Amino acid sequence: MSRIQDKFASLQSKNQKALIAYAMAGYPNDSDTISIVRSLVKGGADIIEIGLPFSDPLADGPVIQNASFQALQKGMNLERFLRIVRRIRKETEIPLVLMTYSNLLYHIGYERFVTIVKKAGIDGIILPDMAIEEAGKYLKVLKRLGMDAIFLISPNTSKERIRRIAGVSNGFVYLVSVYGTTGGIQKQFQRYTIDAIKNAKEILGGRIPLGVGFGVNNPEQARSVLHAGADAIIVASAFLRLIEKNPRSAINSKITLLAKKLKKTTISINK
Amino acid sequence: MKIPYPEDGKFGEFGGRFIPETLVPAVDELEKAYLRFRNNKNFQDELDYYLREYAGRPTPLYFARNLTKMVGGAKIYLKREDLLHGGAHKINNTLGQALLAKRMGKKRIIAETGAGQHGVATAMACAALGLKSEVYMGYKDTERQRLNVFRMRLLGSKVHPVMEGTQTLKDAINEAIRDWITNVNSTYYLLGSAVGPHPYPVMVRDFQSVIGNEILAQMRNLEGGAPDSVVACVGGGSNAIGTFYPLVDKETVMFGVEAGGEGVRTEHHSATLTSGSKGILHGMLTYLLQDKSGQIKDTHSIAAGLDYPGVGPEHSFLKDSKRVKYDTVSDGEAVRAFLTLSKHEGIIPALESSHAVAYAMRVARKMRSNQTIVITLSGRGDKDVEVVERYIGENVENSG
Repeated sequence: MSRIQDKFASLQSKNQKALIAYAMAGYPNDSDTISIVRSLVKGGADIIEIGLPFSDPLADGPVIQNASFQALQKGMNLERFLRIVRRIRKETEIPLVLMTYSNLLYHIGYERFVTIVKKAGIDGIILPDMAIEEAGKYLKVLKRLGMDAIFLISPNTSKERIRRIAGVSNGFVYLVSVYGTTGGIQKQFQRYTIDAIKNAKEILGGRIPLGVGFGVNNPEQARSVLHAGADAIIVASAFLRLIEKNPRSAINSKITLLAKKLKKTTISINK
Repeated sequence: MKIPYPEDGKFGEFGGRFIPETLVPAVDELEKAYLRFRNNKNFQDELDYYLREYAGRPTPLYFARNLTKMVGGAKIYLKREDLLHGGAHKINNTLGQALLAKRMGKKRIIAETGAGQHGVATAMACAALGLKSEVYMGYKDTERQRLNVFRMRLLGSKVHPVMEGTQTLKDAINEAIRDWITNVNSTYYLLGSAVGPHPYPVMVRDFQSVIGNEILAQMRNLEGGAPDSVVACVGGGSNAIGTFYPLVDKETVMFGVEAGGEGVRTEHHSATLTSGSKGILHGMLTYLLQDKSGQIKDTHSIAAGLDYPGVGPEHSFLKDSKRVKYDTVSDGEAVRAFLTLSKHEGIIPALESSHAVAYAMRVARKMRSNQTIVITLSGRGDKDVEVVERYIGENVENSG
């Protein structure tokens, strides 16, 4: 079992859902990325999603775009990313999921990329621009190297396609909650999001956990998502906004506080 | 080497669909609609009607007598796409896609634009067909192509300047894709070049193939057969693929000309096929300009319409299969060709097309006088006079 599968299993035994929290490698800088991850863990995050910035993040909204841009300006690259991951891995056994775009893997070769990030301590990979039709070689490499393949589904993904995507996924399936890019600021989700969660959950059953992300930014929303059946909430831009808006001295405590509030929603879900 | 319709979306290893899941149903719906109307007589008749009566097709194939004499080699013909309504070949594609969008029941059209020619052509087609349009344009491009921004607004289109990234065509495409993800159920994305996820590259090629088909028919009439050579400029590559595709199975020697900018050895160019490497961007696998980590590079060209770090996947295929030779022309050489054609033929070419003119002069010189070369003059240069004026300072007379 992978670290991600282990985590979901152990949470289930405690009757808990998962908080998946995001940090962008190199934003606001390399060493702060590590302290931000510590703050997320301290706040109760169950899985850390760590972004490797790409110049053209077309599934991302302004917050992640800006963080990517800043990180790249400061010279973030694969080597420095690996250094950050190794440092985190030294301190914690928390599952680490890499989120980036297909070109960064394709460019140096799937095999080489997956081998080195695996060695550094990454447990799963999310590529928002990798459709399953194009994923043949990529999937073979991941399978052989024991890396979890996490694919996205969307509210407009057909039942049949959700089944196919679930069939090639490990770790969890990532449901994009809304029509839109990352970082929506809506206070509550619309009906269609709740329906999409129920629909996906019905298809996935207990075979693979369902994570829900894109615009999850407050506890009330998180509860509605979990209540509809999600096994995990995925929160990214809400944390990055805290980094954007606060003086450096306040960032870590604010991040821990938001993580705590969100984690709380995953502990007692009355269905 | 002629791929009429790639069922799997692939030209060799290039193309495909590297897209967010939200867009999968949208491109499926698009492909279904396109396959339905592609060979539908009613649809084609309507498109032909608009191309003829609204856009002004067929365009002349003009024998450039003075240029031919000046260069002293092959007979140079100009495929006058610059004479089309709107001033560029872009209308061939926007009419086709706007008609398709209308039949699909889409009311809102979005588009990206570099130089603004595709934006203008989109605004025109949408105005003519009663559709609402919004155009994303990099802020840098809105500054250097201000006239086209005003034209789009006149034509009833909403223009969104894009402040992200390099503020050029690449970023305009990113923003258009983000809009499409957000409004996927109501919106049709009218892509202007032969790039993006399948079926865009093949669809745009098909709509632009009217260029090459007319060249072939006109040359048979004028010279008794296919041209010995053709030259077209390549940014995303829509006018070029429209020129090349109908000639792929002929003997014609074909050249695609990329923007060499300040030189291919500098960091300031857009020569994707000439100096790029394979990668994934904007939904396709193709040649890209990228750094050693796979980050997309900033590009440069004096011609906004060529200022793009990717290229249509079918061009990547034609490059690797060696059917087309791709090469570059620098900013300076393009400006000189701009001046030459203006002065000697009375035709002001777009800076994009000026790259093709410059290269064709190089090629024609080495050909025999009984041979023929066709330049696709993809657009007219009125939009570029300010840029050229700035580039050459006060020395218009001397540089020509």
